[in-house]
Amino acid sequence: MALQTAAEIRALIARHKRWDVIFGVIGILCLSIGLLTFATLFVDMLIDGYARLRPEFFTEFPSRRAGQAGILSAWIGTIMVMLVTAAVAVPLGVAAGIYLEEYAPSNWMTHVIEINISNLAGVPSIVYGLLALGLFVYQFGLGQSVATAGLTLALLILPVVIVATREAIRAIPGAIREAAYALGATKWQVVQGHILPYSTGGILTGVIIGMARAIGETAPIITVGALTFIAFLPPSPIKAEPPFISFEWLMSPFTVMPIQIFNWTSRPDPAFQANAAAAGFILVFMTLAMNGLAIWLRYRIRRNIKW
Amino acid sequence: MADPKPALESLPLKAHAASLNFHYGTFQALKKIDMPIYDKRVTALIGPSGCGKSTFLRCFNRMHDLYPGNRYEGEIRLHPDNVNLLDRAVDPIEVRMRLSMVFQKPNPFPKTIFENIAYGLRVRGLNKRAVLEEKVEEALRGAALWNEVKDRLHEQAFNLSGGQQQRLCIARALATEPEILLFDEPTSALDPIATASIEELIAELKQKVTILIVTHNMQQAARVSDFTAYMYLGELIEFGWTDDIFIKPKNPQTEAYITGRFG
Repeated sequence: MALQTAAEIRALIARHKRWDVIFGVIGILCLSIGLLTFATLFVDMLIDGYARLRPEFFTEFPSRRAGQAGILSAWIGTIMVMLVTAAVAVPLGVAAGIYLEEYAPSNWMTHVIEINISNLAGVPSIVYGLLALGLFVYQFGLGQSVATAGLTLALLILPVVIVATREAIRAIPGAIREAAYALGATKWQVVQGHILPYSTGGILTGVIIGMARAIGETAPIITVGALTFIAFLPPSPIKAEPPFISFEWLMSPFTVMPIQIFNWTSRPDPAFQANAAAAGFILVFMTLAMNGLAIWLRYRIRRNIKW
Repeated sequence: MADPKPALESLPLKAHAASLNFHYGTFQALKKIDMPIYDKRVTALIGPSGCGKSTFLRCFNRMHDLYPGNRYEGEIRLHPDNVNLLDRAVDPIEVRMRLSMVFQKPNPFPKTIFENIAYGLRVRGLNKRAVLEEKVEEALRGAALWNEVKDRLHEQAFNLSGGQQQRLCIARALATEPEILLFDEPTSALDPIATASIEELIAELKQKVTILIVTHNMQQAARVSDFTAYMYLGELIEFGWTDDIFIKPKNPQTEAYITGRFG
């Protein structure tokens, strides 16, 4: 005697499986809404700006004539600002993450700090711009420079780097940590020999995703006073005469890609819209390339790490 | 085992626990444990889950210090220098440098075979290639793994089988020439063949080093150990020569456990 006959069981399974199909279809629809929107935008920018995507577009300064305008100062400015951002956000964020995971005692102070780091990630970027305007531009006297912009964006992505570092560290099994301590390692030896090497992939991913966010930020950069029209480059970091390296570029006025795009879209002449589309396409491409790099790095590093 | 058994008083001690209490926060996990650990002998800790045998083992290398809220009372004296391993004035790092541990699941570092074993030496500031190479080979031979891995020392350790990984962890523990080797259920994640090779290895290692092993497998305790301690609910119920414990236990609780009537 059975609860249900074989035929009944089969009918039941068929009925239940229908829901698999229904959800699968709903899922694909939801996914396509996001993907199609992005793809349309991307292709639309490409079509609008295609005529402008020529080598000269990268080597020309902005100009009053749309056909001669390029993004030289913008992409170089973006790279310089990103360098400063990375140089500041990576050591600060990684060190803070390591401290919170490995060193901080578990008390109310630590909990307050932890909660507020998550809160910081949610602070609107314009607020960081206001802070930077008061602190870096006026208080520290850095002016409207590459350094100010880099520091501002570093503050902005710091929570992202801290959270990514902590998550990467938490993914390391306790047994590995115990194995290292059991051999008589100090905290710092464990961090240096194990925690850091094993979490590098996760940390790098977090850093790059943070950078990809920073590269497109406009509001805080406008607030600290990036120039919208700039027809010169910051001084070169490499000099022909000793000491060969110069940091003058840090204090130079600058512009970045999103500002350049913003500038062009606000012009009445429709020819500039094509420039904006082309620059937008390049900016999205830069972001995607960074995310691609993050995925590749993670894959490369994790290949040698298993537990 | 050689019969007749020597008198316990005549055996050299490597360590002893005296009135050892241990607390996880408000929970007392070990109660007034007094127990000798004889030099160059294998002592097995048995008992049902939650009886405190792993907790006791992890007192020896102060692993509990890694987590907040744990508290020791009493002492574990290491002989011959009679230092109390649990003394607050004794740095847990010093303790861990003198005693090594092998864990329940093989836990090699995601590094090469060579670097796994060299790590304990590097922690001690030994970085000379020639010294490391010699010590790594010695440790791998000691763990009966040398012949299997000598041609691939610079490959990742996780490519080894589970049993090999556990022997690698034993080699890693041996490389630092510990005074006591602590095993925390070292074969519970291994198949019977790998288990047999680990047990064989333990029998060989006791000629050189004192061994304390936690096991949930009573046959294993009977096979590998000279002494057995039966623990229950944080207390040491009975301690003695392994064949005495298994053949004529004095305590009815011990008898009930080893005859499988409970636990």
